Amino acid sequence: MSGPENSLRSRLGRARGLGSAHEGVHHWWAQRMSALALIPLSLWLVASLVCNAGADYAVVSAWLSGPFTLGAIGLTILITVYHAVLGLQVVVEDYIHGQPTKLILLILLPMGGVALVVAAIVSLLVIAFAG
Amino acid sequence: MAESLSKGAQPHPKLPHPRPLSPHLQVYKPQLTSITSILHRFSGIALSAGVLYLLCWLLAVAGGAEAFDRLQEFNGSLIGRLLLLGWSVAFFYHLLNGIRHLAWDAGFGFDLPTAYKSGYAVLIGTAILTIAAWVIGYFQMGAF
Repeated sequence: MSGPENSLRSRLGRARGLGSAHEGVHHWWAQRMSALALIPLSLWLVASLVCNAGADYAVVSAWLSGPFTLGAIGLTILITVYHAVLGLQVVVEDYIHGQPTKLILLILLPMGGVALVVAAIVSLLVIAFAG
Repeated sequence: MAESLSKGAQPHPKLPHPRPLSPHLQVYKPQLTSITSILHRFSGIALSAGVLYLLCWLLAVAGGAEAFDRLQEFNGSLIGRLLLLGWSVAFFYHLLNGIRHLAWDAGFGFDLPTAYKSGYAVLIGTAILTIAAWVIGYFQMGAF
């Protein structure tokens, strides 16, 4: 029988519960926590966008300039992009098999995510303070 | 039985060493549970593109009234409306099925009958929420 007493793994390794990649459940947990935060945040954003359907520039820019909207949209986009990068990373790992393509995509994904968040925050600041 | 086994065990023509492959996706009958699972990935990929479009929209607002009007004009076109419809379906599906996944992760509803019930609930809920969002959107635009 392969009980824990017969395992090849050290007692310390078992106690830490880390897998071969030494990251344990971090990726899995981060995906779930961002998902949980996005339930209210994404619902609020989509509901707000629906309520602004057909609104003209003055109404939309005034709405986006409010401190609550500014913070809430910034937070929503940050967590959405984090959640999307984690998800797309798994999709690339599962379905892209060619080594150079896979590596390049896995490098570009988080970089693109950070660039997207920065661009969104700069746009929001321009709308709020330069409009 | 023997026929299907030998069919699944055909060597892959592109591999340098022809080794038998284990039966894969094509031998399984599609089920609600497997379809909702792959749709979760597809909708997630679609929504990642949707975030890029949301950024374009923010950039347009930051760019001023003229850029904003041009983007809103595209949103109102047939292609724009189809894109927004696709993203709204993907959003409500991913939201509801994501809640289903979180419940499973917390240890609830993972037995087969409940998984089927929640699967149908996700599909029906997606339809209801998408229709509600578009009715409210058109109402906001004064269509009624």
